[in-house]
Amino acid sequence: MQAVQTKNIKLKQEKILGPWQLAWIRLKRNKLAMAGLYILIFMILVSVFGPIISPYKMETLDLSNISSPPSLAHLLGTDEVGRDVLTRVMYAGRISLSVGVVAVIISVVIGSIVGAIAGYYGGIVDAVIMRIVDIFMCFPFLPLLIMIAAVMSDYKVHPDYRIYVVMFIIGILSWPGLSRLIRGQILALREQEFIQAAEALGLKDKRKIFKHLLPNTFSSIIVSATLEVAGAILTESSLSYLGLGVTPPTPSWGNMVNVVTDAYVFQFQPWRWVPPGLCIFITVMAINLLGDGLRDALDPKLKR
Amino acid sequence: MRQYITRRLLEMIPVLLGISIMIFAIFQLAPGDPISAMVDPKTSAATKAKLREQLHLNEPIIVQYKYWIMDMLKGNWGESFYYKQPVTKVIHSFLWNSFYLSLASFILGALLSIPIGVLSATKQYSKFDYIFTVIALIGISMPSFFFGLLLIKWFAVDLKIFPVSGMTNPGSIASGFALFKEVMYHMALPLIVLTFGSLAGLMRYTRSSMLEVIRQDYIRTARAKGLREKVVIYKHALRNALIPVVTIFGMSLPGLFSGAIITEQIFNWPGIGPIELQAVNTRDYYLLMGINMMLAFLTLLGNLIADVTYAVVDPRIRLK
Repeated sequence: MQAVQTKNIKLKQEKILGPWQLAWIRLKRNKLAMAGLYILIFMILVSVFGPIISPYKMETLDLSNISSPPSLAHLLGTDEVGRDVLTRVMYAGRISLSVGVVAVIISVVIGSIVGAIAGYYGGIVDAVIMRIVDIFMCFPFLPLLIMIAAVMSDYKVHPDYRIYVVMFIIGILSWPGLSRLIRGQILALREQEFIQAAEALGLKDKRKIFKHLLPNTFSSIIVSATLEVAGAILTESSLSYLGLGVTPPTPSWGNMVNVVTDAYVFQFQPWRWVPPGLCIFITVMAINLLGDGLRDALDPKLKR
Repeated sequence: MRQYITRRLLEMIPVLLGISIMIFAIFQLAPGDPISAMVDPKTSAATKAKLREQLHLNEPIIVQYKYWIMDMLKGNWGESFYYKQPVTKVIHSFLWNSFYLSLASFILGALLSIPIGVLSATKQYSKFDYIFTVIALIGISMPSFFFGLLLIKWFAVDLKIFPVSGMTNPGSIASGFALFKEVMYHMALPLIVLTFGSLAGLMRYTRSSMLEVIRQDYIRTARAKGLREKVVIYKHALRNALIPVVTIFGMSLPGLFSGAIITEQIFNWPGIGPIELQAVNTRDYYLLMGINMMLAFLTLLGNLIADVTYAVVDPRIRLK
């Protein structure tokens, strides 16, 4: 009897855990996802604090020591004007990571609002919005991006502000997928009793959408936003590699790889283009691992 | 079926119109005078004015759009400033090179991903499954340009096994089988990059579709009546598992023409990718608009083919 009671108490204690805590426990059990999380935290810390610790500045030129291979003084060597490659890679990390995150924030804000409106109102509003989404989704993503980036760069934006343009373009082009996802969920959610209750209480549409419907889609928003950050970083790096994204002197991992257009650098100075490329790969991989883990943790139904 | 296809074709019209408006609007946003990009700076003001009149640049934007879209429909896609040739001709001469490369990658992808996906599913959580899950993850996380560069560095520059770039040897006059061999030789590295990037999605999709199917009751029935495991998996399960996979393959059809821009650029493969990027750099607007319209059209067509094949392979989906 005593044993049964303690068991019951234990069960009750377990029930107190909220859904987010449960998800966190599930996530902690997933070794790959945790590895991804740690790698990501490491990359963020190095990008944020590395440049402060580094004895070199991003723009410090050292013309007596150009294109030197990795050494103790310069762990990843120097470039053609003697700037420390490691320091630039860390600065580039700041740029690439923030482009990824901000672009996704833009995309999530637009995507969830548009999706929620389409799903909630249905009918003609839904039809019109979904046709627009169709148009966006039918469009080959990269060609469209290249085209817009080209037109934007004709405006001769100062290199320091280019990154905002890139964030904006990627964000504005990647919301349709998310909005379709949110719309589907809202369509199902709005038929449930709690929305009828909200209706009966006479709540305003705005309150119903933002307080009652959207929070119920948070777990899928988080999962797709995480995976989208990986995609946005890849997109930014490809654009910057092509010279259409973030442009020098502002370093980004993508435009640092662009030094390979110089065949000599490509062949004989791999320390200048391999590290930024590896950084893209490792970061994107870490985010993908984390995103997959989050999907399993937040949506137990999907877990096989 | 015919009715369904007709309806879908008709539905494409408003979407295409929307896309054309978007493309047109983007180019209206471009700053500067399109004429000065087109002709050399020494051209007299009078000639410029005449050209402006000819291209309807003095009209309101809506009228300009009307002229442009009517010309597009008539097959007059304007002239490329850079190539001094009609846009349609330029696109035609490069499109097929892209197509060959992507088709090869498509076939290779199918040949690899379906068996791997099936094996991963039947041996779920095994070492095999684990290894290929990791490989798939590497595939989607690796930036294609970086992977391409690494391959060029190792296999073309250092080991000299494969050529660095291009589709044929410079000045090659090979034909017939010799030409085919030469092209395949040049295709090897870009093919690896392209296939590696697309493999992940196809593989995981086959795997999860297969996992779903082998949980069904009729698979248990098949096993219960004593069929060999091979027959159960490859005859009963695989056929049904492939139904959704067909859609994924259909969805990658449009990519046959546009999916390889960056890879083509890295390997200097004479396809649509390098042409598009060059058109961007030279601000060859008519060519850019033409390429983008065509890619959008092919995307729509690819989606249609995907849906139709899906309806064909799965009789349960009898078009509403």
